[in-house]
Formats: sequence, structure tokens, C-alpha cells
Amino acid sequence: MLDIQNLNAGYGEMPVLRKLNITIADGEIVSVVGSNGAGKSTLLKAISGIIKSTGIITWNNELLHTLKAHTIVQRGIVHVPEGRKIFPDMTVVENLMMGGYLCQKDCQQNLDRVFTLFPKLAQRRNQLGGTMSGGEQQMLAIGRGLMGNPKLLLLDEPSLGLSPLFTEIVFGAIRTINSSGVTVLLVEQNVYQSLSISQRGYVIEIGRIVLTGTGEELLNNQEVKKAFLGM
Amino acid sequence: MSFLQPLLSGILTGGVYALAGMGMSLVFGVMNISNFAHGDLMMLGMYMAFFAFTLLHIDPYVSLVLIIPTAFLFGFMVEKLFINRVIHHPHQNQILLTIGLGLIMSNTALLAFTSDPKILTTTYSSSAFNLPGGISLSVPLLISFLITGVTIAILYLFLAKSRTGMALRATSQNREAAQLMGINVAKMSAIAFGIGTALAATAGALIAPTYYIHPLAGHSFLLKAFTICVLGGLGSVVGAGVGGIIIGVVEAMSSTYWSTDWKDVIVFVLFLAVLLFRPQGLFGKKGGE
Repeated sequence: MLDIQNLNAGYGEMPVLRKLNITIADGEIVSVVGSNGAGKSTLLKAISGIIKSTGIITWNNELLHTLKAHTIVQRGIVHVPEGRKIFPDMTVVENLMMGGYLCQKDCQQNLDRVFTLFPKLAQRRNQLGGTMSGGEQQMLAIGRGLMGNPKLLLLDEPSLGLSPLFTEIVFGAIRTINSSGVTVLLVEQNVYQSLSISQRGYVIEIGRIVLTGTGEELLNNQEVKKAFLGM
Repeated sequence: MSFLQPLLSGILTGGVYALAGMGMSLVFGVMNISNFAHGDLMMLGMYMAFFAFTLLHIDPYVSLVLIIPTAFLFGFMVEKLFINRVIHHPHQNQILLTIGLGLIMSNTALLAFTSDPKILTTTYSSSAFNLPGGISLSVPLLISFLITGVTIAILYLFLAKSRTGMALRATSQNREAAQLMGINVAKMSAIAFGIGTALAATAGALIAPTYYIHPLAGHSFLLKAFTICVLGGLGSVVGAGVGGIIIGVVEAMSSTYWSTDWKDVIVFVLFLAVLLFRPQGLFGKKGGE
């Protein structure tokens, strides 16, 4: 389980997250929703060690925030970044191989698993990542994350800029991944979709958690409805 | 005189330029740092070949077996000690640091080896290989071109197929994403700088039998390597390979058909033309500059 206490993080002198507390139990899908600039991506970057943070982040009773990013991946925490950030001049298979960079056993099995989840990637295995459409790149980014054998998958805006069709595919894949035993922390602006598939959710505003509850509670909350769902 | 003569000699010389340019381009691609000590690292390679020949009596081409790993380790250490401290800093700081390191190297060489140029004369230094049609190719240039070809093939296979090579490419394409894959990007930078240094030293050793060996010899090659990188597209190893050959051929052609004094002018006019009309370089990506 992931436990975050009093987390402060930001860029340079600019604090973005202030005294943030979040817990995620094994097997859950947890959503963090909020508007642009609320600190959602910063939260994920702090967990995966891309940016420095103060406070306490523990993963199965081990302190995380003192570790370097590449050693955090070794603990089974895989971050699929916002904007997909696939390797543009590498083929689909090469991108996936990079996702499995730390893989020592079951690597082929992971590859098969990704191709079963996203058959389109199998068809496009030799295409350069940079030449794919946004939706295909998002599948590749999630597939690449799965190659790292995650116990906890951090997904940053996976539906950003996707067509409704690809959004459906991506959210369906998140459910499938979760039902295979992977804990998911989902950061989204697509509040309705993400809260619908989440057991629990947090609403974040200017770096602070302002509301928390089950996915359903938050979907029915008046303020959430007003602020995010336009109701 | 046959048109083929300057073309072939140009290609032979260009191969060594390509090697120097590729090292610089690889470092730029992985670390986003322009290494202005690259020419001085070439100079160190020249002296290594010279001393391997005079002190240990090893043929300059055979001595590569020693020079390549030594240079790799040297580059790896230089990155760990100095370069990685400026990797997230502005370009001007990085440029000052690498220029400074280069000055320390060339001036240490001046102190240690004096400013007297050294000449490495092998039994085959001035021999030539004659082709029909009156074309003659310098034997040392021919050997160095063959070694260059093998080195480039090994580098290509390493980058294309090996786990570390792929991680280097991933780091150069997206450093943050590479970190998220569990790639130790700090280590990749040190490896890239080590390989860049090894390539520079190899190029230096390869030209040692045909050039004057001098503590400041690296400076003219730095300019050439930089031109080649920009020509091919900064960060593109393939582009640097092609750029090197182009520069070699243009130099040889302009020396033959115009004047040796003007060859650098022509090279830089070409350089300016590329900057004007294709600023991302021949193989570069738009916006990559």
C-alpha cells in the first residue's frame, strides 16, 4: 500500500503541493481529479521520483521519496507520464522493450499480455512510435508501463486529447489491468469516466485535497457536479 | 587529373571526420551538451598512439586496442567528476566547462610534451596504393578508413541491438521517460561521454601517422567535428557519419580544383548554407535545434 503524509513538492522555489495526504490500498483504483494546475501531475512526479519532495511517501513500509527515480521503478511503481512521452524514433517493440528494461524473467509473457490487451500494437509492432496517432501512442505508453511489471500503476491523463472511441478503449484497459491485480492511481480531467471506474477518489485544488470519498459519493456530490460535471 | 582522385581521398579523410563527428553527436544527443573539449580528446588520442609507438613499439593502428578502453574510462571519469554537475544548467555554463576542460588538456600537453610537433613515421607512412587510371590512395588513410568502417559498424550494432545501446537511444529521445523505464540516466550520460571520448581518441590515433602531432592539433578538428554535427543534425549519429564524408569530399575537391588555402572557406560557406536553409541539419528533426 502507498501512504503519503504531509507531502510538499514543486518546481524550484515554487511549491505546488502543500501538506498532501493520500493513501492507496492494494488492488484499488483511486482517482485524483482537479482542474488544470491543481498539482495532479506534480503528485505523480513526486511519487515516481522525477521531482524532489518533502514529507513522507511510504510504499509497503519502505520510504520512497529518498530513492532515485530508476530505483523506484524497481519497487514496482510505474509511472505513465502525461503527454505519453513515447520514444519517437523507436519502433513499437523497441518502446515496449524499454518498458521492460528492468525485466529479468517473464519478459516474453509481459509482451504477450500487452499485445492481448492492445491487439493494435501487435499489428503495428515495427512502426516508429512517433508516427502513430495520439490514441495509438497512448496504448503504447500504457503497454510500455505494463512491461515494467507494475504493482502500482500511476496514470497521468491517459484520456487527454483522445477521441471518445479511444477513451473507451483506454478506460476499458485500465479496468482489465486492475482486475489482474495491479493497483491504479489515476489522475484525470475526465472526472465522470475516472470516478465511475474508481473505488475511491480525491478532489485536489491548488495543491490541497479538498474532498475525498468513494467514486460514487464524489459523483453525487453537489460541488463536484457543479465544478466538474457542469450540472 | 581524374575526378575520382579527390573524390576517393576525400571519402577516406571524411571517414575519420565522421568518427570524430559521431562521438560529438552521440554526446549531444544523450546529454544535450556540446562538448568543446572534443578536439582536445582527439589530440590525447594522437599522443597515446605516438607514445604507444615510440615507447612500447606498438603499431599505431594496433594500439587502438589499448587506446579505446583507456579513452572510454577517461571520458567516463571526466563525466562523473565534472560534466554531470552542469547537466541541468544553462548551455553557456556547459560550454564554459567543456572549453575549460579542453584548455586544461591542451595546456597540460604543452607543458608535458612541449610545443614541438611530433611525427609518427611508420614504414608505410608515405606508401601509396595504386589503382588503374593513375589514382593513388595513401596506405595509412586506406587502413584508417577500414578501421573507421569497422568501428562505425560496431557502434551501429551496439546502439541498435544491445540493451545498453537501446537505453542510450531512449535517453537521447526522452530523458524523463527513460528514467520512468528504470534507466539510470546519470549512468547513461557517463557511458555516452565515455564512448564519445573513445571515438575522438580513435579518430586522433587514426590520423596520427599522417598529421603533425601537436598539443593544439585538436582545435582545428573541434571546429570540423562541430560543423559535421550541425551539418548532419545535432544528436543524429547517422547524420554525423554522412556529414563527415561530405566535409571530407568538399575539402578534397576544393583543394584540387581551387586552392588548399580556400578549402576551409568553402567548408564554412557550406556550413552557413545549411544553417540558412536547413537549420535542423540533414538528418535532424525540425525543432530539434
